[in-house]
Amino acid sequence: MLSPADWVIWSLATLFEAAVVVCSVHKKAFKRYFFLNLYMLFSVLVSVGRFQVLMHNGRSSLEYRYFYFYSEALLVISLYFALISLYSRVFQELQLEKYVRFGAVLLLAGTAWFSYAVVNQSSARMLTHFVFELSQNLYFVGLVLTYALWGVILKLRETRALLVQLVLSLGIYFSAYAASYAISNLRPDLFSHMVYLFPIIGCLLPLAWAYAISRVPEEARIEPARLAVAHR
Amino acid sequence: MIAAVIFAISAAALLQFFFFYCRSLIAASAKQVLSAEVKDVTGIERTASGDDFKRVMQLLQLCPERPEDRTGVQAIGAYFSLLNFLRSTVARIVPSLRAWTELERGQCAYFAAVALERRISFSRDMLAQQMDA
Repeated sequence: MLSPADWVIWSLATLFEAAVVVCSVHKKAFKRYFFLNLYMLFSVLVSVGRFQVLMHNGRSSLEYRYFYFYSEALLVISLYFALISLYSRVFQELQLEKYVRFGAVLLLAGTAWFSYAVVNQSSARMLTHFVFELSQNLYFVGLVLTYALWGVILKLRETRALLVQLVLSLGIYFSAYAASYAISNLRPDLFSHMVYLFPIIGCLLPLAWAYAISRVPEEARIEPARLAVAHR
Repeated sequence: MIAAVIFAISAAALLQFFFFYCRSLIAASAKQVLSAEVKDVTGIERTASGDDFKRVMQLLQLCPERPEDRTGVQAIGAYFSLLNFLRSTVARIVPSLRAWTELERGQCAYFAAVALERRISFSRDMLAQQMDA
């Protein structure tokens, strides 16, 4: 029932997700980036669950789509907390963690309410549509927050190369997903292609994080301001 | 309407984050000095030019792959293609952009040369281990 492409995408995604955790443990960074690792552990579990559903029902089945988008909504919430933990690291010295956490929970509740309000007006299958809408909006909120974090990194002249690479790869991931969800909403006829695109994009973040954690030393420094300058 | 706005903003942010990410990868390798051997093989003396990229990538593919640098090399390959696209389109009209794309293409070539250096030493280590065994 599984095509070779399904096998390759699933194996790579799960391998990369597990690699992030293994690299973190190996580099003794598991506790330092606890929420990032927690998200990757959840991702591995979800990957195994998706594989089971995929094996029994196939990629184009309703069961797979339901499982995929419900688990996706839960994963994006845990990724949201991983992003907030990166905020806490950047704001570590300013002692603003309490406010960051409060703001994050408020924003999460606000996004859920907004998604519900949008779906409530128009959909018959409300819960399913709500999950899709919530994922799209959370990815977009994640993108905005990552962009704001990048702004803070530039403003505070944060130079930790590992942190910079983790944030930038998270920005790529959030924006790629938000764009893909939005295009699925705009052109539902493209959805059958998107079903393949989502897991491929899903490989990017663990790959980039595994690379950053294994290759970039904690003490490495970089000048983010130089990355943002186009003309030198 | 909301989806269209989200798509437009996300696509623009994706492009920007991708640029920054690739430049952060390049910045890490820019500080590394190439060995005389790699300079000889690649023909790069102090600064690399964008035209060196293809040749260095061909050399890179001759060496056994290191799993650690696969992501970086692929990302820079995509970045180089994007720079080529910019160079042959928008940069034809904006001269300052042309100079910038040339500089970035050269840095991509330097990144590839640094990756080549790492792969050569990786191959040597593997060979030494086999000889010992």
